[in-house]
Amino acid sequence: MTKTLLKIDNLYSQVDDKVILKGVNLEVRAGEIHVIMGPNGAGKSTLANVLMGHPAHIVTDGHVNFNEKSLLEMSVDERAREGMFMSFQYPEEVPGVTVVNFLRTAKGQITGEMPSLFEINSEIFENLEDLNMRESYLERYLNQGFSGGEKKKNEILQMSILKPKLAILDETDSGLDVDAIKDVYEKIQKLSSEDNAIVVITHYNKILQYIRPDYIHILVDGRIVKSGDLSLAHRIESEGYETFKEVI
Amino acid sequence: MANKTYIPDIDRGMYDIVNPENHRFVADKGLTEEIIRSISQEKQEPEWMLKYRLKSLEIYKSKPVPTWGADLSELDVENIVHYVKPNVDMARTWDDVPADIKETFERLGIPQAERESLAGVGAQYDSEVVYHSMQESLKAQGVVYTDMDSAVKSHESIVKQYFMTLITNRDHKFSALHGAVWSGGSFVYVPKGVKVDKPLQSYFRLNAKGAGQFEHTLIVVEEGAELHFIEGCSAPKYGVQNLHAGAVELFVKKNAKLRYSTIENWSRNMYNLNTKRCAVDAHGRIEWVSGSFGSRVSMLYPMSILRGEYASSEFTGITFAANGQYLDTGSKVVHAAPHTSSIVNSKSISKGGGHAFYRGLLRVTPGAHHVKSTVNCESLMLDAQSKSDTLPIIEVMNEQVDIGHEAKIGRISDDTIFYLMSRGIPESEAKAMIVRGFVEPITKELPLEYAVELNNLISLELEGTIG
Repeated sequence: MTKTLLKIDNLYSQVDDKVILKGVNLEVRAGEIHVIMGPNGAGKSTLANVLMGHPAHIVTDGHVNFNEKSLLEMSVDERAREGMFMSFQYPEEVPGVTVVNFLRTAKGQITGEMPSLFEINSEIFENLEDLNMRESYLERYLNQGFSGGEKKKNEILQMSILKPKLAILDETDSGLDVDAIKDVYEKIQKLSSEDNAIVVITHYNKILQYIRPDYIHILVDGRIVKSGDLSLAHRIESEGYETFKEVI
Repeated sequence: MANKTYIPDIDRGMYDIVNPENHRFVADKGLTEEIIRSISQEKQEPEWMLKYRLKSLEIYKSKPVPTWGADLSELDVENIVHYVKPNVDMARTWDDVPADIKETFERLGIPQAERESLAGVGAQYDSEVVYHSMQESLKAQGVVYTDMDSAVKSHESIVKQYFMTLITNRDHKFSALHGAVWSGGSFVYVPKGVKVDKPLQSYFRLNAKGAGQFEHTLIVVEEGAELHFIEGCSAPKYGVQNLHAGAVELFVKKNAKLRYSTIENWSRNMYNLNTKRCAVDAHGRIEWVSGSFGSRVSMLYPMSILRGEYASSEFTGITFAANGQYLDTGSKVVHAAPHTSSIVNSKSISKGGGHAFYRGLLRVTPGAHHVKSTVNCESLMLDAQSKSDTLPIIEVMNEQVDIGHEAKIGRISDDTIFYLMSRGIPESEAKAMIVRGFVEPITKELPLEYAVELNNLISLELEGTIG
């Protein structure tokens, strides 16, 4: 039996007075790729933010185990050091902080040892080519003036360097052109291993030609209403989400 | 009895020679002609300088305290001699230096000898050596670099031609006070066509002299010459006297270029009322890099007067106001000739209830056509208690101008902190990263050792309120 990385039990959350997650259950084991699909406003991004620990999202009930520890008691940076990663739908711009310095600091925090400039540079270069990114990115300020596609590639570059145990990718395909989607998702598939797990959040199944998910989940109105294999994604393509809304 | 720090072989000038009894006697009467005469006499100054001092004293007494900016009501101007009073530094010992200042020295990595010098209780011999060796290489190029008191005697005609012509004793109460009691400071003269390749630093010498309260800096860069001058340091300067009224006069001649960088970090009891001006002739260029830290109150607005065609100026400034501080800073530019151009980039940070006020002036005179100017002000407030204001004054009297102005006031964003923390970076470091990133455009303009110290200083300032 492979190791369970993430186990979500009956998770409820709200922002201000608005309840968004209404009893999510999910189990993710090492080596797996999960895809969570669902209509706008279903709570997909909320689930990602709650797991990463965004301060605006308050958990009102439920329990989450990550890597055999209770996740919800950890601060955001502790979660990251434990091996959690989230690819942001809208990555923040940080003026004055170069990509290379940021990655070096983050890598140092996560591994407990600051890599030398040479070490971090060579590790970055190994990954740039896969993502079709130019070296000049490294000296640019983090996400500042990046196009939508460049920001998303930068998120996956960070994932490549930080090597998380569990990566949650929040609509990484949005804002990407066809070529960039191919670069990014082929890279994600390449990063998948027996030791890690990836949760992909998406609207569309066009990314499914580049990755090989083990499970597809349908999230509607704050709950996972249906789970299955790849065939589920094809059903959505033909039937839309309406069928699944009726399940509720 | 407290131990006194004994400093041999250093001439501390008139401050140590003046009869202390006389001073106690006049202390209650305010600043007198007698005190001014004794200052001038001890310095063995020429007659014209004494006259200027006396005239300045007269003007000082007639001028009101400015009320348009910072609150100066607690400054004891009626008894200004209290601030001018000599000997205070000598009477102190290392034990008298406040603990927080000692700790800051330590954490900034300032060597012991320099700490004592900065705290006004010691002098530094190594630095004197550095200063003299620097002087030798400059001498070969015909550059004069000396202290202002010596320059009055050794280069009297140059001093007489420029001294207090850009900043006069009629400008405001504190420029008049400066004219009356000025002491110490740097004098630099770069002859025609000479390009000084290494930055000149006044860091060591100023501190070794224990000067820096009413210091006067005069720099003349002749036609086609170039200079980078660096003044101050990021360690806190601690003084019992808590009024600083310095003056900096810079003259950039035709086709000449001057970069003037300062980091000022005053102790938290200081009223820093400093005046800095630069006149730029045709095709000349002045670049200011200015960091304002510390002090209780600062009023500082370095001014560029672009008086020759195609003259240009660039101002890059950072102000950091923490708890209990009101820092009123900015930049003034006067476009007095056609085709002149200017850039102002100002950043401020306020935290823990600190108040950073940007006050700027951009003036274009009627004859100055084809002027280009860009002003950018950005403020970052680190918490809800802190304040930030922007008051840019723009007076344009010519229609053929191209002027851009942008002001941004913001708080540190929770989402940005979340983003950095999601990569394993602790909250305090995430905030420090954002702040360091905010000031990066300024740190990259500084020589490496100053940039490192500035970053250390910011990390220190952030500790305690964040984490």
